[in-house]
Amino acid sequence: MNLDQFKPLTVYTIYIASTPEKVWEALTSAEFSKQYFFGNAVEVEPRLGGAFILRTPDGAVHISGEVLACDPPHKLAVTFNVNWPELIEKLGPTLVTYDIEQVGDAVRLTMSEGHDRPLSDDILSGGRSGWPAILSSLKSLLETGKPLVVKMGPPQRMLDALKTMGIKTP
Amino acid sequence: MSKPQFVYVTYIETTPEKLWEALTSSDFTRQYWFGAEVRSDWKIGSPFALTLDGEVTDAGEILEADPPRRLAYSFKHLKYEELRGEPISRVVFTIEPFGSLVRLTVLHDGFVAGGKYLGAVSNGWPAILSGLKSLLERGQVLAIPRTALNKGFDAK
Repeated sequence: MNLDQFKPLTVYTIYIASTPEKVWEALTSAEFSKQYFFGNAVEVEPRLGGAFILRTPDGAVHISGEVLACDPPHKLAVTFNVNWPELIEKLGPTLVTYDIEQVGDAVRLTMSEGHDRPLSDDILSGGRSGWPAILSSLKSLLETGKPLVVKMGPPQRMLDALKTMGIKTP
Repeated sequence: MSKPQFVYVTYIETTPEKLWEALTSSDFTRQYWFGAEVRSDWKIGSPFALTLDGEVTDAGEILEADPPRRLAYSFKHLKYEELRGEPISRVVFTIEPFGSLVRLTVLHDGFVAGGKYLGAVSNGWPAILSGLKSLLERGQVLAIPRTALNKGFDAK
């Protein structure tokens, strides 16, 4: 698995009044992520080849992956694979990259969701609806001390598309 | 291939009315739009202008105005030589209540494929809208230099 095989299909940039160190911590700590990532906890071993896990509030492993780039507090790239049967076989692996740059007195955070093959807008709609909510809440949390209360339903368009491809969803 | 357009979604702890005001009032835009002021009476068919230090940088016409839900205007860049040749584009703001929040969707379309304008716009909007969100949520914009907008398009 290497970075070159992935092409970014969804990119989201947000500017945050914070420091690269604090943004890095927010992206890699379970305590922080539970507040802005729909209650999910990020667990990451911040070294090349380290494990990446996203746990749902009930403790189940929802997403798992491996650290492919790690340069604190500037860059983190992890494979980001939803643990549903056949998903990775049919859609291939997903790569999530965070680039963190100081810009003036703020931080530019760029999230790229990369894939190793073309995917339909229907499949990509899950990430495209989720990331803006997650990263908007992360920004609010770092700037005001309070995350956003985002009550978002399941990504129905993506789930329907997965079903059509014969991928079983919970 | 998808058509050349830029879409940005952000969630803001505010009300649709305050967000509408922030999008249509020069006192607000000056703060988060890197000094730019919007000029219009916000009626369909009326002229729209964006000015910076008294100079009109972009101009167009109000295409849709349904406060506090939807606003659209055409957008023609006038300042930079390299962008002046590009076609008239369109900006659509959609404001939706979302629980206790507001979801703002900005769609900017009408670009030529491979043009420079889409790149400029794609760098500009995240910085502008991040500042808008900060202003509404904590009463303070971000301290980002204007040069941050020029990533990907070397505007002097």
